[in-house]
Amino acid sequence: MYKYFEPNKIFAITSRAPKYVLLLFIVVLTIGLTEALILSPEDYKQSDAVRIMYVHVPAAWISLGIFSSLALLSIGSFVLKNKNFALISKSLAPSGFIFNIIALVTGSIWGKPTWGTWWAWDARITSMLILALFYGMYLLAWRIYEEKEQAIKVTSMIAILGVINVPIIKYSVDWWNTLHQPPSINILSNNSIHVSMLIPLCIMTAAFTLFSLLIFLMKYNTELIKVKNKGLDRL
Amino acid sequence: MIKEIISMNGYGAYVWSAFSFTLISFISLYFVTKLQLSKEQKRFASKFGSLNLEKAKTARTQNINREILSNISKV
Repeated sequence: MYKYFEPNKIFAITSRAPKYVLLLFIVVLTIGLTEALILSPEDYKQSDAVRIMYVHVPAAWISLGIFSSLALLSIGSFVLKNKNFALISKSLAPSGFIFNIIALVTGSIWGKPTWGTWWAWDARITSMLILALFYGMYLLAWRIYEEKEQAIKVTSMIAILGVINVPIIKYSVDWWNTLHQPPSINILSNNSIHVSMLIPLCIMTAAFTLFSLLIFLMKYNTELIKVKNKGLDRL
Repeated sequence: MIKEIISMNGYGAYVWSAFSFTLISFISLYFVTKLQLSKEQKRFASKFGSLNLEKAKTARTQNINREILSNISKV
């Protein structure tokens, strides 16, 4: 099955896709921003400060999702000895890191009007900061190690070790007394968030997912061309 | 209406700074990634240009190399 996902075969798609993804991203983001900033209602407690949720929550979700993917791909790269998995992980990491930073910064901005402080060493915030450190180490390792085999080993170890932090982030609000509220959205049970707020949240999540797909495709193409550049040297 | 959207019931500074930070991060990451991509494409084009006829012919047998070259010509 993996032969269908060989870089040589999928490059024709990955090199053409970014312009369409960019267009779709702009459309979905425009709808999402209109919903989030104008059409959605204010919260009865937090008033308009609640609108920060529409950038903070999707950014946090996607940064967690991407890091989990990095760990899965790293395990896959170890077990199946497929170097393309490492290339995919390397291309996913930059957008995951940016989303992590966005979640931390917008969370801090949201914290001031709601909790009265920019920062607290609360379990959720601290574990998100640790995730940012793992992302930082992961990206740095790709730059530090020039030998590809060694870089794949080190980055895979970082991703596998770092993924232990993901369930800690998810359940930190249940395990410890934190400033964060318990989750408002649950796939298995009823949501405590009203549909008028859930719709913009879903649209913004879709827009952010499209952005991470766009960056992934561009980065993946860059990495493939890098490999082909080395191939030209060997001719 | 516009005044209300800007002030956001007194939370405008927080809401707009959060959204602005997000959009600036998006734009920065997009352009940095685009720059890296075009840099690699230019490097590929210059390396390909310096190949002799026989090596260039060999390189052209790979679909991916042809695809990269066609993308560079579009840029």
